[in-house]
Amino acid sequence: MKHGLRLVGLSVCITLLCGCAAPRDYTQYYEHFPQSILVIPPLNESTDIRATYSVLSTMTRPLAERGYYVFPVAVVDQFLQENGLPTPGEMHQIPLDKVDRIIGADAVLYVTINDYGTKYLVVDSSTQVSLTARLVDVKTGIQLWSGHAVYSESSSGGGNNIIAAMIAAALNQVIADTTDQAHSAAEEASAQLISRSGHPMLNGPYHPEFKADWK
Amino acid sequence: MGGCSSSSLYYWGHYDEQVYQMYNELDPSSVEGQVEQLENDVRKAQSKGMPAPPGVRAHLGFLYYKLGKYDSARDAFIAEKETFPESSVLMDRFIGKLEETP
Repeated sequence: MKHGLRLVGLSVCITLLCGCAAPRDYTQYYEHFPQSILVIPPLNESTDIRATYSVLSTMTRPLAERGYYVFPVAVVDQFLQENGLPTPGEMHQIPLDKVDRIIGADAVLYVTINDYGTKYLVVDSSTQVSLTARLVDVKTGIQLWSGHAVYSESSSGGGNNIIAAMIAAALNQVIADTTDQAHSAAEEASAQLISRSGHPMLNGPYHPEFKADWK
Repeated sequence: MGGCSSSSLYYWGHYDEQVYQMYNELDPSSVEGQVEQLENDVRKAQSKGMPAPPGVRAHLGFLYYKLGKYDSARDAFIAEKETFPESSVLMDRFIGKLEETP
């Protein structure tokens, strides 16, 4: 009986924890406000092997424009690889005290790519990039913020004429291969994740409106 | 808010584009070409009276290092640190490594 009660207690706790992640509670963020952010190369759950570095290269701009110092992503990636962490999966496991001592970042942004790529459905194509991210304070390990963004774009071929539609789809495919629609979608998804969602990151210290978004 | 809007905090030039191309091997230009492009970007930023973004000087330093131009690499890491003191721990580490390099 006692045991049963405890289980009930536990499940209530878990529900509360999940509940806490979603509301716009910035208390910890205010308290451990980061000046500098280290972006670890994203974990890739999509089937496109290019996703990690495509998304990694799109993170610096929105974060810097939001007002943070962003460590040079490619340099850090190279540095971690040379120091025994060859994959994003291993980099995501790096202990925070090491990040503090070796890199000196205030916070780490862990990004997971849930979806990345273009799908073709006979005459239509749809490009989707879906990202989930967590910002963690390096000194305490406390999660300061988390966010999710999905960007999708579909293009369909010409109306009723099936031949025209098929030609359009074929052309789209050619264009997609050369200009890389998925990468453009990643740029949009990253910007959305950092600053355009309903639950964005707060303006950082270099932003002219730093602290203007504090409530 | 958007990187390309007039309210942009930084003059971006080719930095993030180069990072993408580097990994996807889309960029046919050599490391020398990338260096030239970023050096130009930093100069252009100055002439426009806008700051160059965080990381670009450190990235340049990394490219100089690849070319064996260790003095230029050190100068670039120092420039990153002076522009953005947040990078000091990492830049000092790189500068220290360069000093060990014969």
